[in-house]
Amino acid sequence: MKRLDPYLPIIGVVGLIALWYIAVWLKLVDPVLLPLPTDTFHAMWTGMTGGRLGRDFLYTVERTTAATVIAAVIAIPLGIVLGASERLYRSVEFVIDFFRSTPASAMFPLFLVLFGVGDRTKISVAAFGAALVILFNVAYGVMNARKTRLLAAKVMGASRLRTLFDVTLLESLPQTFVGLRNGVSLALVIVVVAEMFIGSTDGLGNRVFEAQQLFQMPDMYAAIFAAGALGYGLNLLFLLVERRFVHWSGK
Amino acid sequence: MLTRSAPNPTSKEAADAARPHVTIRSLSKRFASAVVYDSFDLDLPRGKLISIFGPNGCGKSTLINLIAGLIPRDAGEILFDGKPLSDIKFGYVFQNYREALFPWLRSFENIEYPLKLMKMPAAERRLRVERLVERLGVAIDLSKYPYELSGGQQQLISIMRALVVDPEILFLDEPFSALDYEMTLFMREQLQRVFLETGTTTLLVSHDLEEAVFLADYVLLLSRHPARVADYVPFAAPRPRSDATLSNSDFVATKAHCLEVFQREVRRA
Ligand SMILES: Nc1ncnc2c1ncn2[C@@H]1O[C@H](COP(=O)(O)OP(=O)(O)OP(=O)(O)O)[C@@H](O)[C@H]1O
Ligand SMILES: [Mg+2]
Repeated sequence: MKRLDPYLPIIGVVGLIALWYIAVWLKLVDPVLLPLPTDTFHAMWTGMTGGRLGRDFLYTVERTTAATVIAAVIAIPLGIVLGASERLYRSVEFVIDFFRSTPASAMFPLFLVLFGVGDRTKISVAAFGAALVILFNVAYGVMNARKTRLLAAKVMGASRLRTLFDVTLLESLPQTFVGLRNGVSLALVIVVVAEMFIGSTDGLGNRVFEAQQLFQMPDMYAAIFAAGALGYGLNLLFLLVERRFVHWSGK
Repeated sequence: MLTRSAPNPTSKEAADAARPHVTIRSLSKRFASAVVYDSFDLDLPRGKLISIFGPNGCGKSTLINLIAGLIPRDAGEILFDGKPLSDIKFGYVFQNYREALFPWLRSFENIEYPLKLMKMPAAERRLRVERLVERLGVAIDLSKYPYELSGGQQQLISIMRALVVDPEILFLDEPFSALDYEMTLFMREQLQRVFLETGTTTLLVSHDLEEAVFLADYVLLLSRHPARVADYVPFAAPRPRSDATLSNSDFVATKAHCLEVFQREVRRA
């Protein structure tokens, strides 16, 4: 029986699709609002292979990637600097926590004024949100480096700078990856929301919104699933990279 | 008591052996909660294994951490052959091997790390580690990561990391207390072998009196803080010591004596 364990997740997927069929057949939901799964998957297939959905998918991937990269490039070094000095971190902790708790969507109008209607606004709001999450995690990873390990480096004669590179940075890597995973998820959320509203003409958010406006329900569901697959895929990608490079994590 | 171990003071070697390796003078250390050392004096002989034993919280770890420079002292002087700590090489083995080794480095890289800090070329580092492995008769796959090894093997890796620089002095703070009994017995053998092979002056904090006496040339018994030397007990059984040592009358008597001193110190309120 144990051999079958890896296939257990399939049960949930099959169950969901079965429920969906039942809901359609029993007319539990207005058939206009809930198309057949087959229609949806068909819309997804044609959309992704040469249709608009595929193009919009790539736009969203592009924006999310850009936002995450910008966020990481800014937040990781800054997080290391802040984490290396606990007093420095404590002095900006409130500001970071405050903006981390502020819904990034509330920042859209401000960024619109700053960057105008277009990609720059979408990417920079997403980068802003992701950067705070990454910064927070990196700084905590650095601050929580095992004291014994730092002492071990010190008794072996490592300088402070050497200890930072050889020990502290590596110690903070698992937490950094937590930050990156949360950051990329948040960036995707913000990008998709931004694509729905601010004068957008493309991207998954726009696809969902437009399909809904035109009552093309199979297309709307297809776009939702595409966004879900993208979020899941990005998370999985970071997990795989983490497992490869941070092999000691959790051990 | 120290003079007893000095055989012939005419030869140069014997004179070196008689001169203490570590001299501690007027050492003082206080924490917010307690004065742990107050004008503490102690001489430690060269090439001997000294076990440190005493009541909980009496300052055993503090003592070796002060000597090894892990924590700053408030006052006093600690010299090694008249030199300060910064002039000598030493090794330190932590109780918590899991947190003392670097899990991102393979065992081999962990051991050679201090040599890397000394900017030794890779080929020479490899040679040094290989020589150490051979001398200690260690049979561990050094290409494994620490977390792939048993607790005892990991601690052995940390001991090798401490030894690879050819330290003048080796500090161990309860190195085996996180291991199960079987592994502890095995590691005692290993440590004894290390000591026999290298003859490095060794300071071992132990909370297990049997272990402390079994491994020691001298057992340093500390009083409750502010810590004083309650007794400094020699144990001269020949090495290598084995299970038979544990039942030999000298061992039993020494252990009983240490226990008596210890209990007297614990009761003193
Ligand atoms: N960093 C510290 N801050 C405050 N007090 C400390 C600190 N380190 C040690 N102490 C206190 O100093 C005393 C000696 O501590 P130490 O760790 O040296 O004892 P120990 O003999 O090693 O004890 P144990 O048997 O528990 O290992 C204890 O009373 C302890 O509470
Ligand atoms: Mg201790």
